[in-house]
Amino acid sequence: MTLTTPAGHGSALVPVKDPVLEIRNLSVDYGYDADPVHVLRDVSLTLGRGEVLGLAGESGCGKSTLAYAATRLLPPPGLITGGEVLFTDRDGTTTDILRLNDTQLRASRWQDLAIVFQGAMNSLNPVFRIGRQIADGIRAHRPEVSQQEALERSAELLELVGISPDRLRSYPHQLSGGMRQRVMIAMALALDPQVLIMDEPTTALDVVMQRQIVEQIADLRDRLGFSVVFITHDVSLLIEIADRIAIMYAGEIVEDAPALDIYHRPRHPYSSALLHSFPPLRGPRRELSGIPGSPPDLARLGAGCPFRDRCAFAFDACATVDPGLTIPDVAGDDPRRAVACLRHDAAAVRAAGFEPQPVPVELSLR
Amino acid sequence: MRFIGRRLAFYVITLWAAVTINFFIPRLMPGDPVKALIAKNQGRISTDAMDSLYALFGLDQQVPLWQQYLDYWRTLLSGDLGVSFAYFPTPVSDLINQALPWTVGLVGVATIISFVIGTLIGTGIGWRRGTWADSLLPISTFFSAVPYFWLALIAIFVFSVTLGWFPASGSYDRSLVPGWSWEFVGSVIYYGTLPALTIVISSIAGWILGMRNMVVTVSSEDYVTVAQAKGLSERAVRTGYAARNAVLPQVSSFALSLGFIVGGTLIMEMVFSYQGIGFMLFNAVNAKDYPLMQGCFLVITIAVLVANILADFVYAALDPRTRQEG
Amino acid sequence: MTVDITLIEEDQVTGPSGAPMTGVMPSVPRRRRRPGRFVFLRNSKAVAGLVILGFFTLIAIVGPWIAPYDPSAQSDDILQPPSWEHWMGTTHLGQDVLSQLIVGTRGVMVVGFVAGILATFIGVVVGVTAGFIGGVGDESLSALSNIFLVIPQLPLIIIIAGQLPSAGGLTVAVVIAVTGWAWGARVLRAQTLSLRKRDFVEAARANGERTWRIVMAEILPNLTAIIASGFVGTVTFAVLSLITLAFIGIGSGGDWNWGTILFWAQSQLALQRGAWWWFIPAGLCIALLGMALTLINFGIDEFVNPRLRSTGLHARTLRKRGIRPRIGFTPVVHRAPGAEAGTAASVARSTSAPFAKEDRA
Repeated sequence: MTLTTPAGHGSALVPVKDPVLEIRNLSVDYGYDADPVHVLRDVSLTLGRGEVLGLAGESGCGKSTLAYAATRLLPPPGLITGGEVLFTDRDGTTTDILRLNDTQLRASRWQDLAIVFQGAMNSLNPVFRIGRQIADGIRAHRPEVSQQEALERSAELLELVGISPDRLRSYPHQLSGGMRQRVMIAMALALDPQVLIMDEPTTALDVVMQRQIVEQIADLRDRLGFSVVFITHDVSLLIEIADRIAIMYAGEIVEDAPALDIYHRPRHPYSSALLHSFPPLRGPRRELSGIPGSPPDLARLGAGCPFRDRCAFAFDACATVDPGLTIPDVAGDDPRRAVACLRHDAAAVRAAGFEPQPVPVELSLR
Repeated sequence: MRFIGRRLAFYVITLWAAVTINFFIPRLMPGDPVKALIAKNQGRISTDAMDSLYALFGLDQQVPLWQQYLDYWRTLLSGDLGVSFAYFPTPVSDLINQALPWTVGLVGVATIISFVIGTLIGTGIGWRRGTWADSLLPISTFFSAVPYFWLALIAIFVFSVTLGWFPASGSYDRSLVPGWSWEFVGSVIYYGTLPALTIVISSIAGWILGMRNMVVTVSSEDYVTVAQAKGLSERAVRTGYAARNAVLPQVSSFALSLGFIVGGTLIMEMVFSYQGIGFMLFNAVNAKDYPLMQGCFLVITIAVLVANILADFVYAALDPRTRQEG
Repeated sequence: MTVDITLIEEDQVTGPSGAPMTGVMPSVPRRRRRPGRFVFLRNSKAVAGLVILGFFTLIAIVGPWIAPYDPSAQSDDILQPPSWEHWMGTTHLGQDVLSQLIVGTRGVMVVGFVAGILATFIGVVVGVTAGFIGGVGDESLSALSNIFLVIPQLPLIIIIAGQLPSAGGLTVAVVIAVTGWAWGARVLRAQTLSLRKRDFVEAARANGERTWRIVMAEILPNLTAIIASGFVGTVTFAVLSLITLAFIGIGSGGDWNWGTILFWAQSQLALQRGAWWWFIPAGLCIALLGMALTLINFGIDEFVNPRLRSTGLHARTLRKRGIRPRIGFTPVVHRAPGAEAGTAASVARSTSAPFAKEDRA
């Protein structure tokens, strides 16, 4: 049994203006039987128009699950058990992706929202030429476009990502890893989507290729103006290209703040520990601190905060009260920030009958 | 191209191996039935026929083994498969020429129908999981465990003896003269229906199951999810992304099972007295007609190899990764 | 000895990214226990197959003692349909069909299993060696198995057995094994190749373990499932081949087996005489045994490749909850407001909801 904070989710937080994708209270289970694993529990996240939102966390924290569940691409035995995913079109109409029927969902896919999958190794059909794979996405939504025109557009898209158009007739196995990843990006941009979700686009690549891809994405975003959800475990990468970063842990969002704020002034014990795990390139040498322990087994999550076993600042309330996202309890902070930590949420702690503890120094840097 | 080249080299080696096995078998057998039979027919065998029989069966103990081997190859390459004992003095090659088209027709048509229909059904079942179609599996298991010939016996009993819809044996109406007349062709089809149907029913389960498993496995590949994410129609994803990739191992296993398929249809011919090469082999074994037995085996093997080559061509056409140069 | 459980559990639930979601997801949607050999036994198909197989094995062992008559004993009751004295009727010589069936079981099982064991053994030796040593040895062994794969087996068996002066049951078993080992060898070679690159094998090598020990202790235990599946498949093939040969008239000597029953039935035109009791039971037994073996193989298949399992739940339960597991269309189930997670108050509102449009200024 967990108590949710009476402040509710997000009501004390400043809403993002002009949101293009709003995930509200999304809950996802794995398993269709009577005993499923609750991998996402009431997760809320908002993406503003034209914004680059980074979604960071360890393997298994649920960041990919969040993205795939929001687009209903989660494979079996995934099951969405609650929540809404609101997509706001350029003309202001809002639809809940989770309530569309098959035909509507198919129609909205790729035009409104496109995904670049991780591991382009296996994301391209090995028996079709890549030109055809880009073109069939176009023609599925624009049947009036002829095959010839679709291939021409595919050639343009390839040039956009820096691949020579005579590669249109290549098969996926004839391309290198970096090229395949760029083909995936080109394919995703085919219908000029408003939201691009990128799932670990650089994880399988070497550092040089990583940089190229990241710069390419930033450049394309400037030119075409789409919003990006960039999923990765590499927080340092996000600090460079993201406007805002949301950090996930064990199926919950633990902190959501502008990128530089997270980097310089983390408010959650996990974010703070995470950032201290990366050695800075410059500055005085200091000892690397990791995070002791390992992520919890989601099948056996007890009450309270999922991070408490590894947290340096946990206290008695943490074992009973499940922290919700609230504004950090630090004066002068950006009001758009949110953190899920009982150290910042004295009201919830008191309401549950515990004695609130002050915000530690490490979590209230200016 | 290198893929095809390598496969062709392999088939040549396999052919060589089959021929060599054929060479050694009679020479390893104790006793000498061939010699006895030649002695029995002494006066009626021409010298040429005698020579080729000696070459094929190694009856002349004076000649060293390697010499026998070369003679063997020379005899074979000249198209001479010896003279049949049971149908004396007809040459084996003539008999085989007569019988082969019937087998190829029956096996070819029935197997292709079975493969195509089985693959289509398997795709449907594999794609829509968790439906009533999954319960078809145990039923088709039963059918695949039934030996071809028993199914054939049942089929004859039900459709022929009891219901009288189809003839129980033979390949065409004996009262007709073989030719390209409509009557004859119709008769061939009529007589061939029951054997073909039996082949299809007993082998289709394997194709359904194989394709279903492959489609299930392929469906969990990333590119299928990507295809769905692109908003392609259900048919486009199922056909172009799932089935198209799942069919590749299916073609491979088709090629590999050709030997087994041929075996099954041989038995079918025996049950139905269908005058193909299997029936001929059956009679040859019973009559201890060694030249005919060996000739049949060689020709069957060559036919299987040719079919394998064709299957390899199909595979190369379907899978662009095999065309990789270097 | 390290048994790499991931080989068996390899297809754990992975995120669409393909990277395994480590540490937190169960591999099958049921109560999580350490997956061991008993998961296999929970598969109902495999259990059914084992029961049938056990039944036939029992008959094979006690056959000659429980058969009511000597199968070769002739009597005056010629071609009798089933009756109280002869539960499955008699043949053209007055022999009791049921006794022939019972006694024949031993012939079938013995030859089938001997051939299966032999062929599997040869296949393991050739396949694992080829996969492990690589290089020229691998190439030649592979070529050898491919040759035996492509050459049609039945004709080969026929001409070998047909040219043998006398072919008893065991001889036939050997011939079947010698012609049928290639499939298993191929599969095992592929698996050994992939295992060889695994870390734990490399570690063993780095530790200086001798090749022989590595093969026995590290690689073979991980191949158990596949060897088992190959064995079952080979036994099926051996049984069918034996019966086919007997049906043609080759290779049973004086022993009774189900194929010889059919041989006599066919040659005495049982069909045309309407003596259905002569040829139907034998075929049914063959089909049952074959089906049992195939079911066991299904069980092994699903154990090795969890993807093939039917999502661990009965289709009916899924339908009741309105869930249809599909790739690319995750089912959505909305809990009735106020209900806690996991209770039964779930309302399925998946794919047929009306289009929800809200205008936002």
